[in-house]
Amino acid sequence: MNLSLLLKLTYKSILNRRFTSYLTLFSICISVFLLLGVDTVRKEAKHSFTNTISGTDLLVGARSGSVQLLLYSVFRIGNATNNIGWESYEKISSHPSVAWSIPISLGDSHKGFRVMGTTQTYFEHYRFADDQPLMFKIGVKFSGVYDTVIGADVAENLGYQLGDELTLAHGIYDTDFARHEDKPFVLTGILTRTGTPVDRTIHISLQGIEALHIDWKTGTRSRETVSAQQALEQKLQPTQITAFMLGLNSKMDIFRVQRAINNYKKEPMLAVLPGLALGELWQLIDVAEKALLIIAVFVLLNSFVGLLTVILTSLNERRREIAILRSLGCRPIQIFILLASESLLFAIVGCFLGALLFLIATVLSHSILQEYGLHIPLSSFGSEQLVLIAAVIGVSFLIGSIPGYRAYKQSLADGMSIKL
Amino acid sequence: MNTNTPLIYVGNLRFRWPLDQRDVMDIPELSIQKGERVFIKGVSGSGKTTLLSLIGGINLPNSGCINILGTDIGQLKQSRRDQFRADHIGFIFQLFNLIPYLSVIENITLACAFSSRRKANALTKSKTLEDEAYRLLSHLQLQDRRLLTKPVSDLSVGQQQRVAAARALIGSPELIIADEPTSALDADTREHFLSLLLSECKLSGSTVLFVSHDQALENCFDRSIHLNKLNIAKVSSQKEQNEGMS
Repeated sequence: MNLSLLLKLTYKSILNRRFTSYLTLFSICISVFLLLGVDTVRKEAKHSFTNTISGTDLLVGARSGSVQLLLYSVFRIGNATNNIGWESYEKISSHPSVAWSIPISLGDSHKGFRVMGTTQTYFEHYRFADDQPLMFKIGVKFSGVYDTVIGADVAENLGYQLGDELTLAHGIYDTDFARHEDKPFVLTGILTRTGTPVDRTIHISLQGIEALHIDWKTGTRSRETVSAQQALEQKLQPTQITAFMLGLNSKMDIFRVQRAINNYKKEPMLAVLPGLALGELWQLIDVAEKALLIIAVFVLLNSFVGLLTVILTSLNERRREIAILRSLGCRPIQIFILLASESLLFAIVGCFLGALLFLIATVLSHSILQEYGLHIPLSSFGSEQLVLIAAVIGVSFLIGSIPGYRAYKQSLADGMSIKL
Repeated sequence: MNTNTPLIYVGNLRFRWPLDQRDVMDIPELSIQKGERVFIKGVSGSGKTTLLSLIGGINLPNSGCINILGTDIGQLKQSRRDQFRADHIGFIFQLFNLIPYLSVIENITLACAFSSRRKANALTKSKTLEDEAYRLLSHLQLQDRRLLTKPVSDLSVGQQQRVAAARALIGSPELIIADEPTSALDADTREHFLSLLLSECKLSGSTVLFVSHDQALENCFDRSIHLNKLNIAKVSSQKEQNEGMS
C-alpha cells in the first residue's frame, strides 16, 4: 500500500477544512518564527556581548563593584562613582609588568552619544571580538586638542563627514545651557563598525577633555570664560581620569598586578578581569534571556495544543470516512498514518513558513538591530536552527500520534457499523 | 475453483461483542453459491450489520469458520484480512458512502488504490481507471459529466448511492455486500437503483448479499434468508439490540 495515497488523502482532507487549517498553520508559523527569533537574538546578544572587549588584561576604576565598573567603562552605561587620580594612573602604568595602558575619561556627551577622552594608545591597543584592532573607515587618529574620532553608528545616525564641527555637551543630557559651544571639535576620523559600544562613542584626547572643562567648576560654567585659543596656551594636564585598561607583558602577572592595585594604599581602586566581569554581568541578563526562551517554547506548545484540538475535533466528523476507508480494505495502521501525518504536515509547512518569515525579518530588521549592537547575519540560520526545527517536527509527530491512536482504536471498535 | 464450492460458507459461527456476556450471533450453517443474489431480511437489531462485518472480515468470530472463496478469513492475519476485503468485496452502505473531500471519480477509483488486483481487473475493461469509472457510471445512468465535477455532497442521495455502487463494482470483486443501500431512497428510485445494481452485478458475475428490512424488494433476488431464523442466538437485551444496530 503506498504512502503517497495516504498523503494525498491527508492533503485533500486538510484542504477540505481550509479555514481552520490556515489558522492552525498561521499559529504554528508564528510560534516557530518566535522561537527562532528569540533563540537567535539571545545567541547573538551573548555573542556580541562577550565580544565587546578583548585583549585587555585588567580593567581599573575607582572602588565599586566589578559589574558597575564594566558597565560604565566598557558599555558606557551609567556613571562612575568616583574618579582616579592621574598620579595613581601614572604610577601603575609605569609598573614593570605593564605593557600598555589606556586611560579613559567619561562624562560628556553629544546628541545622546557618550564622549570618551583617551590617548592614542587606545587606537593601538584596544581589541574587540577575537583580538581585532580598531580600524579607520576614513580619516586618521586625533592629534590636535580639538580633534575627534567617532564610531560607525554615530557617523551613520548623525550623518557626519570628515571636517564637520561637533559641539559637545557637559554631562549626559544634551541641553542648551550645558553645551561647550565655545569649543567645537573637528572630525578627523570615522572608525569601521565593530558591533560594540565603540560604534556609539565619540573619542577625543584627554587634553580635549581638559580644555572643555578649564572654565568649569563643580559642574557649572564659571564666570571667567576661557576661549578655545586661550585654552590651548594653558597646560592641559589631566588631573583625574575615570578608569583605565591595562595590558600586561605576561598573563602570569595578572593576579599579582590585580592584587597590587586593589591594595594600593593612596587611593581605593578596583581592578577586574574583563572576562570574569562580563560573565558576572551576563548571569544577570541570562535570566531575562532564558525567560524569553521559555515563553517562546510555551507559545509553541500552545499552538500544538491548538493543532491537537483541531484534529481531534475533526476526528469525530471523520468517523464515517474512516469506516468507509476500512471497508475499502484500508488497514488500521493506515488510518493511524492518515491522522498522524496530518499534524506532521502542519508542522513541516508551519516550520518552513516560520523559517521563511524569520529570514525575511532578519533581512528587514538588519539596520534596526544594528542600532542595538546586534548583528544577525543570514548565516545565523545554521545547524542549531535546523535542530530546533527538527525538534518541533518531532514533537508534532508525537502529538499527531494521539489522534492517530484514537482513530486506530476507533476504527477497530466501530468496525463497519458507523455510529453517528 | 470447483463450481460446487460455495462462495461463502459459514459454519458454527458464534460471535459476541467484547465485554458482553452473551453471543449475539450463532449461525450453525450458511452457504451462498457463486453468482447467487441473496436477500437477507431481518428486523432492526437482528444483527444484520454484525453478520456483514463478520463476512467482511472487520470483526472476527469467537468460534466457527467463515470461508470465502475457499479461504477461512478467520485464520488470516489482520493485514491479510484487510487486503482480502479490498481484493474481493465491494461494500455499499445505507447513507454517506462517499468521502466528502474527494471528487466523484476519485471516490470510485479509491477502491483500486487499496487493491492492485481490482486495479488490474478494471484496466482489462477500460484504458484508465477514470474511463472505467465513467463506464460504470453510465451503466448506472449517471453519465452527465457536469454532475461529476460537483462536490459529492451536492449530489442527491440517489446519485450518491449510484456512485457508491460504482465504487463497489469497479475491478469486479467476487462479492458485493449491500447494507440497506435503498432505505434512504424513495420508492421509485429504490426499484430503479436496485435493478441497475443487480444487472451490473450479473454482468460482472458478482455475488450479491443484500440486507434490508424492506420485504417489497425480496422478489428481485434468487433467494431470501430470514436472519431471525438463521441466527439462533437469543437477541433480547436492549444493549445487544443497540450494538447490533446500524
